[in-house]
Amino acid sequence: MSASLERGINAFKEHLDAPIAAFFSSCVHCGLCADACLFYTETGDLQYTPIHKLEPLRRIWEQEYTLLGILKKALGLSKPLTDKDLQDWQPLLYNSCTLCGRCSMVCPVGNDLVYMIRKAREGMSASGNAPAGMIGAAKRTVEIGSPMGVRLPALQAQAKHVEKDTGLHIPFDQVGAEYLVMLSSMEIMNYPEYLQAVAKIFKQAGKSWTLSSEAFEATNAGIQIGSSDIAREIVLRIVTAAEKLKVKTVISPECGHAYTAIRWEGANLVGRAFTFKVQHILEVLDELREQGLLKTQGFEEEKLTFHDPCQLVRRGGVIQQPRNLMNLIAHNFVEMNDHGKMNWCCGAGGGVSANEDADEIKMKAFNRKKIQLDELQVEGLVTACANCRIQLEAGLEEYEMELPVYGLTELLADHLVEDK
Amino acid sequence: MTTRIKDLNTAPNNVGKYLSTQGISRRGFLKFCTTMASMMAVSPTLLPQLVEALENAPRPSVIWLSFQECTGCTESLTRAHSPTVEGLIFDAISLDYHHTLQAASGEAAELAREEAMKAHWGKYLLVVDGSIPLGNPGFSTIAGMSNLDMLLEAAKGAAAIIAAGTCAAYGGIPKANPNPTGAVAVQDLIKDKPIINVPGCPPIPVVITGVLAHFLAFGLPELDSLGRPKAFYGQSIHDRCYRRPFYERGQFAETFDDEGAKQGWCLFKLGCKGPSTYNACATTKWNQGTSFPIESGHGCLGCSEPNFWDAGSFYKALSVPTGDLGKIAGYALAAGGIAGAAAGLLAQHKKGQAIKEHKIVTVNDLEKGNSA
Amino acid sequence: MNGAEFLLWTRGTAFDIAFAVFVFGLILRFLEIFLLGRKPDLSAPRGSAMLGGVRTVFRRSLPADGNSFRRSSFTIVAGYVFHFGLLVSLLLLAPHIELFKSILGFGWFALPSPIVDFFTAMSLIALIAVLLHRITHPVLKFLSTPEDYLVWFVTFLPLLTGYMTFHHLFLPYPWLLGIHILSVELLLLLFPFTKLMHTFTLFIARWYNGAIAGRKGVES
Repeated sequence: MSASLERGINAFKEHLDAPIAAFFSSCVHCGLCADACLFYTETGDLQYTPIHKLEPLRRIWEQEYTLLGILKKALGLSKPLTDKDLQDWQPLLYNSCTLCGRCSMVCPVGNDLVYMIRKAREGMSASGNAPAGMIGAAKRTVEIGSPMGVRLPALQAQAKHVEKDTGLHIPFDQVGAEYLVMLSSMEIMNYPEYLQAVAKIFKQAGKSWTLSSEAFEATNAGIQIGSSDIAREIVLRIVTAAEKLKVKTVISPECGHAYTAIRWEGANLVGRAFTFKVQHILEVLDELREQGLLKTQGFEEEKLTFHDPCQLVRRGGVIQQPRNLMNLIAHNFVEMNDHGKMNWCCGAGGGVSANEDADEIKMKAFNRKKIQLDELQVEGLVTACANCRIQLEAGLEEYEMELPVYGLTELLADHLVEDK
Repeated sequence: MTTRIKDLNTAPNNVGKYLSTQGISRRGFLKFCTTMASMMAVSPTLLPQLVEALENAPRPSVIWLSFQECTGCTESLTRAHSPTVEGLIFDAISLDYHHTLQAASGEAAELAREEAMKAHWGKYLLVVDGSIPLGNPGFSTIAGMSNLDMLLEAAKGAAAIIAAGTCAAYGGIPKANPNPTGAVAVQDLIKDKPIINVPGCPPIPVVITGVLAHFLAFGLPELDSLGRPKAFYGQSIHDRCYRRPFYERGQFAETFDDEGAKQGWCLFKLGCKGPSTYNACATTKWNQGTSFPIESGHGCLGCSEPNFWDAGSFYKALSVPTGDLGKIAGYALAAGGIAGAAAGLLAQHKKGQAIKEHKIVTVNDLEKGNSA
Repeated sequence: MNGAEFLLWTRGTAFDIAFAVFVFGLILRFLEIFLLGRKPDLSAPRGSAMLGGVRTVFRRSLPADGNSFRRSSFTIVAGYVFHFGLLVSLLLLAPHIELFKSILGFGWFALPSPIVDFFTAMSLIALIAVLLHRITHPVLKFLSTPEDYLVWFVTFLPLLTGYMTFHHLFLPYPWLLGIHILSVELLLLLFPFTKLMHTFTLFIARWYNGAIAGRKGVES
């Protein structure tokens, strides 16, 4: 069976709901969302105005779910949606949207635009209008187990390395462990320091934890491409593993959308409430700090700032934790002009990083981050999302800026009081 | 009957002379002219012209026809105490037929009308009060003659027609919904004669005489779109109301006996039609300038406007719709509820159908056509 | 038709029709929105959806933050002035309050009419500015549909005719008041079937937005 316009429209019809009807009824075309979107501000291209990206979804809502729209359609006053329309909207709904949700924060009538983009992508993916790069990532996640094609042996090899370097044990499939630690393949391939840091921190805190050999990949290409069916398949692996290992808490790694996938969409995708808790690693670390189980020594003397991953702050609610943790280890922690829930996106979230069509525009969008960083003149940039981190490093290189980028978890691990 | 005719023939034939034979002093006459001039907003420099014109104006023959009316208009005129300006002008005209006021009755009275018409054909002034029933000519007759026939006959020889009172001018209360007699106004029937509407229920006496004076001195006055002399009907009651400052300040009587009413605050909320009513009540007032309805604590009914009887409740504010909005809202709510429920259920059905038709999307379904 | 008849018609039949369509349309649209339904959220909440929703209903009347305000200051300021003026002239003029009282059964305090007059003039000027902005600003020009201009026009008209009525400009009062009422009736007729609906649906939209965010512990 292949994707078709019919399946796409069917998906729109399934996912249109009362909030979306209220949102479309309320939009007065004020244009404020454009000023909140870095793809518009950094390119000046009008078609990147967020509400415009939702035109296909709006048309289906109007034509199917409003009396006037049904009438207009019957009288031939409104054109039916075509595959060409959806094709034309692919760059708008994927390449130039990272699901960052800044537009949802400024809309004066209160439209949650990113909520609608997420649903519009359901129709786009079902109609075969998702970008090739993201289709590839989704396929790899489902067929191989990770969007970057990382398999278990690669993780096991990394675990061995860490064990050798630190002398700490990396547990796999420990039934009854308190925490199930999830990873993103970027952390396995690009930032192995994360796994090392987690091992050190839990050792010090005296908490039991484990990896799962059946579900170690936290990222969810299904969420990004906008296919609930695929997202369900991916998230179900984690749920099954967590239930099998009887863990109390599943820890989402330093990744933005993985947190949204497991923490907020997960239960809705599998159709039942979880029996375990889902926390982001920063939430866990801040809890340990509060309980006095995170003992650090020394401070970073460099001037540091923190880049908030969109899915953690605006769409996730993890806002204060990274600040508490930064202050634990940094003397000179400064905030960017727009930070916290109003932070600007790195430019590569929401699947943009997996989408080759967006390679150029995501670098243009990074200019917004450059402006923020130029205002601060910091000596180091900290974040808590591997995907942000890759984009930040690439962007800094592109714009010829010399600035080290750190993961907050590994930075904390560097300051742990060493056990004798 | 014959005396009346003789009177007509022997009496001095201009206003000035006639007034002096009636014992009206020149001082009294000038006073009258001054009052009229100021009411009609005639420039003071034109006053001598008015005096001269009035003095030399030929005493016109006036035929006064009363149709479907209550005699209130006549009462209004004659209730005035003498000596008044109203009285003055009525002395100056030759009122040849007015079935309420004339001494003659029966055939003699009708003969007087016919004689006057014949004698002054083409020159007499026709004053009408009351509306004309078209539903059935028998609804209102005088000496066996229907109002319609009498009006058409008398209008033919008239120089001009004054429709005195709202009934004659716009149909008034007889024409009010459901208009059982099929009443119409003079202007609905007569199209080929100048008609001056002097509406009001009743009209202000001094306005009637003012119009007469103007007609005598200068001919037809300038009229507004409703056929009313602009000099008297040019401004709304609201614009000239002494309670207007309270309106601007937002101070309103809410009931007829609350503190606001006692303080003399604006009566808008109690239904005063002052803003939409064009008349001279607020300036000339009634009963020798004593007061006018608003001054005595009641809102203007808008009696000099067309359809005033049907323009919603007298006690509903002008900005309030006349319909029963509660009832309308009830019906609309019910209809909207039914339509909305139907539309909503249809949408739910469509959505349910879409969910039913949903085919699981696997990673192999993400590409169009060519994929497996 | 004379002025009095016209006024009577606008206060009578015409208003009855416009009011009926308005109420009918509102109910229809609300049901259309709500009956589309919404899946329950099974994720473990961090905060209260209800509190978040209520908070955003109010909070969204202000710009998100200083920087967002600076970026869109013209739209925001002109929008404020026009909406504020519109609300003052709609809700705080004594004759209007009488109208609401006749429908709702209760009234409230009125402002002196010269003050309302001032706000009306302000609102008119702001509306013209908003229109000029719409036809010159690239994003607004790009987004605008004929409906946006229609909605602007039917909002502008009652304010303009109301202003003319108050000042007795050009026509006798019964005509002016009748035209003013008629312009409001046009607004009422179009209201439920255009984005004028945002007057009410924005509270629903804000509530959903705030509830979604509030559940996640985000103040939106």
